[in-house]
Amino acid sequence: MKDRKTLLVIVRQSPYGSSLARASLDTALAAAALDQPVSLLFLGDGVLQLLPDQHSEAIGVKNIGRLLGSLPLYDIESVYIDAGAAARYQLDTKDLVLPVKPVDPAAVRRLINDCDNVIGF
Amino acid sequence: MIYSLLVLSSPASGHGARTAAAFARCILSRGHQLYRVFFLDAGTEVGSSVAVLPQDEADRLRPWIDLSEQHGVELVLCISSALKRGMLDENGSRRHEKIGPTAHPAFIVSGLGQLHDAAANSDRLITFGG
Repeated sequence: MKDRKTLLVIVRQSPYGSSLARASLDTALAAAALDQPVSLLFLGDGVLQLLPDQHSEAIGVKNIGRLLGSLPLYDIESVYIDAGAAARYQLDTKDLVLPVKPVDPAAVRRLINDCDNVIGF
Repeated sequence: MIYSLLVLSSPASGHGARTAAAFARCILSRGHQLYRVFFLDAGTEVGSSVAVLPQDEADRLRPWIDLSEQHGVELVLCISSALKRGMLDENGSRRHEKIGPTAHPAFIVSGLGQLHDAAANSDRLITFGG
């Protein structure tokens, strides 16, 4: 690979509403596997992916929460959560499947601005 | 400028895929380069050679074949998204013992590494649809 551009993957999909949720995580994991600096930002309904105790076996698909819980093993630089959406869904940002940094709209703008590439799902 | 495109939309729903093909033609006509088009999730359905669309609607595959044949644009379907949707190349249809290839030969079926390679080697990565 020519150089190491920083990548921000924006996740706005609820975990089991469509296959895009899984596609966004696969995209982030593939970048990490290629040693590319990658951060994840969960916005809007996307914050629901971080809920602990997901029982996806009831609908016969892989557990997104468990996959997300393994992210710290993959050198994903940082994981951010939309603080407003977390509050709307009454999520305790300290009790999610992995450690996340809550961000406000101004911080979201900075994150997008500071990355070389943004892929939004 | 060197561009790459990421297409997430199905050709059967919405207009993201159609807009992506129009964008591709436009940047080439303005003298820019198109390094690669990567199709992910429902976007991989763009490469179907077996989809049958209404005769009074625009052909959704032809614009991509033209980009490949006339401009040598590389078209890549994400393998995990493609397999789930029955989009198989010759190799895949043999490996998975299916009746035959369903992806048009203008498309390559490969991994997500091709998306990140495209991002690394382009000035702009533009995403269409979702």
